[in-house]
Amino acid sequence: MTRAETFASTFREEAAELLAEMETGLLELESHPDDLDCVDRVFRAMHTVKGSGAMFGFDDVSRFTHGMETAFDKVRGGELAVTPTLIGLALRGKDLVRAMLAGTADPEAVARLSAELLALTTASAPIVRAPPRAARLFRVRFRPAVDLFRDGSNPLPLLAELRDLGDARVTAITTALPPLEEMDPESCYFGWDVVLETERGAEAIRDVFIFVEDQCELRIEEIADVAQARLGEILVERGDVRPEDVAAALASQQRIGALLTGTGVVCRDLVESAAAEQKVVRQVREAAAEVETNTSIRVSAARLDSLVDLVGELVIAQARLSQTAGRIDNPDLVSIAEEMERLAGELRDNALDLRMIPIGSTFSRFKRLVRDLATSLGKEIDLVTDGAETELDKTVMEHLGDPLVHVIRNSCDHGIEGPAERAAAGKAPRGTVRLAAYQSGSSVVIEISDDGAGLDPNAIRAKAVERGLLAPDATPSDRDLFQLIFKPGFSTAKVVSNVSGRGVGMDVVKRAIDGLRGAVEVESVRGVGMTIRFRLPLTLAIIDGLLVGVGESSYVLPMSVVEECVELTREDVRNAHGNRLAAVRGELVPYLTLRDWYGIDGARPDIEQVVITGVEGNRFGLVVDGVIGQHQTVIKTLGRFYRKVEGLSGATILGDGTVALIVDVPTLVRAATSGQQEAVSC
Amino acid sequence: MGKRILAVDDSASIRQVERLVLGGAGYDVVEAVDGRDALARLASAAPALILTDLNMPNLNGLDLIRSVRANPAFRFTPIVMVTTESNDEKKQAAKAAGATGWIVKPFTPDQLLAVVKKVIG
Repeated sequence: MTRAETFASTFREEAAELLAEMETGLLELESHPDDLDCVDRVFRAMHTVKGSGAMFGFDDVSRFTHGMETAFDKVRGGELAVTPTLIGLALRGKDLVRAMLAGTADPEAVARLSAELLALTTASAPIVRAPPRAARLFRVRFRPAVDLFRDGSNPLPLLAELRDLGDARVTAITTALPPLEEMDPESCYFGWDVVLETERGAEAIRDVFIFVEDQCELRIEEIADVAQARLGEILVERGDVRPEDVAAALASQQRIGALLTGTGVVCRDLVESAAAEQKVVRQVREAAAEVETNTSIRVSAARLDSLVDLVGELVIAQARLSQTAGRIDNPDLVSIAEEMERLAGELRDNALDLRMIPIGSTFSRFKRLVRDLATSLGKEIDLVTDGAETELDKTVMEHLGDPLVHVIRNSCDHGIEGPAERAAAGKAPRGTVRLAAYQSGSSVVIEISDDGAGLDPNAIRAKAVERGLLAPDATPSDRDLFQLIFKPGFSTAKVVSNVSGRGVGMDVVKRAIDGLRGAVEVESVRGVGMTIRFRLPLTLAIIDGLLVGVGESSYVLPMSVVEECVELTREDVRNAHGNRLAAVRGELVPYLTLRDWYGIDGARPDIEQVVITGVEGNRFGLVVDGVIGQHQTVIKTLGRFYRKVEGLSGATILGDGTVALIVDVPTLVRAATSGQQEAVSC
Repeated sequence: MGKRILAVDDSASIRQVERLVLGGAGYDVVEAVDGRDALARLASAAPALILTDLNMPNLNGLDLIRSVRANPAFRFTPIVMVTTESNDEKKQAAKAAGATGWIVKPFTPDQLLAVVKKVIG
């Protein structure tokens, strides 16, 4: 790769990120058109794309983005309102820029959109907009008149009210307090200086003093320049001392506050009040600096993957070390092995943690999806997201995109009804699709729910019978019936729309989630809505497994599906009269023998173990020679030649260097049970 | 019991609103139907705040404020007047008579509570 190409590819990567940010910002703006921070964010993203684009030879991108930037600059300047039209144009623009970067943009479309943007920015009328809502710093100087108390006014609730507005630091000014013998207890001699950090404006502060504004001296000044924080300068800015006094004090090289009070230029209280302001200003500045320094570094995903691979190898090597140390029985070696085990465990957790990314990053693209779908379907649909901070392994996340798109499309297309239909059903015309994620134990649950029509059990039944998936006289529960929508070739949509309904849908979703070692559940209430729930493992790289032995071989069963282990004696087998059923506390559980399934030679031991697994609510037993124990399993994918072997999802390397195959229990159980049905029907 | 408020108004419905809103916020509300009634109840009620209408029979709001201020025991008691006019002249007159603050009818419960809080915390 030449240097120019390297730069270009870096820019493409950066631009993709900026475009994603732009889109998130635009969608947010759609619901909060007054959010100036958001406008700034969008503008900055456009600006960077434009600037960097020109630098790396993407002149077309730069030229086009310039138009979008101009529009949003006008929004920043209050000359252009944030309207759905503008957002629609900008979103289309964002897509075009992406196409340009990929070299697939249609020049005509670019020209057309540029013209539309130009028309919008030149024809617009200025608008009035809400003031920014960022926290501002105010200096409030409140000097009540001596007769303040005479009409029942009390300054203390007013100070309390200031505290309600934001973070307030109050300094009492007692300079006017006379000697005791001259003091009139019915008079007010106090004054207060307040440094207030608030999101509200000066007007809100003035409102606090509305009843006493004629009886006090009130100054409200915004501290705009947080960079300036020298005590002398603050005192001068407040008008408490003259600049020449500060200069004189500074010349004598002492602490300025002590010096100025010592010489009687200014009283102690005023210096203290200025010092309080100085402190606040410093904190504000430091908080801002912290945001700037608290950055992260970028690491390519491939490097992370190889780190996790290496950690996997390390965990395996460490298992060998522990085993060897146990055999040699040297106390020194054992202690090193134990320390290694602890460190390797921590390193593994840390490395896996690096691959965890918050699911919110994928949520934003669904906002766009729902928006576009709603427009093309002529429906009104809101996407509500929850739990965006939930973290999930990068690989899981990557494979999650398509299934989510599918389910969300289904919800928008089949679930949510049109506005008229909704109104007839007594629902709000706007439908809601809710996308929520949360962690539950060692798995992450993702729920896609809608308040649409829900599944129609009768339609599903009719379709299932028609497709031969269900016997005409069968009476399955709704729950079992709903599971049928995951069967290949199943779709009840009456009309095939361009959104969904080609019958290649839910079975693909199901397979994708199975591939991630996850599970799919459906809940639906006719007329109220439905929920599809994905239950996914936190990570794919390392799992907790149960190590079992069959003959000379070892197998790993994912702990997530293992429910319990029971013994199976020769007598049990005899009592079952050839039925492969094990009695587990009064319940009959079907089983298969791994030895037979995998065709392993050798005699079966007298007492075998049945590992009872739970898959999709059904219990199924796997018979093995013996259970070896729990095992931290580093998953290695099988080579190309073994990809098609059903019932195996990978392999792992044990402490002694031998390989154990990881059993894909759901697939195995499905294969075994369908085989049984065939055997029965033959 | 919370701070006591003397609510003076010749309109029973306004008094009811005041009682419900302020009572709901934990204040102890005592009602008076006009200025004279308010003066009669003043000593026994010993309110932390007087909330009074301006136009009332027998004794109007301004005269009530002057009378309260003339009583040494209540010279510093906050008085909030409830007025239908938001003009400055009326406010100035009330302020001169010794009112602490004002609230303009019609008001929302939140506005009433904010004003009361501003004056007696």
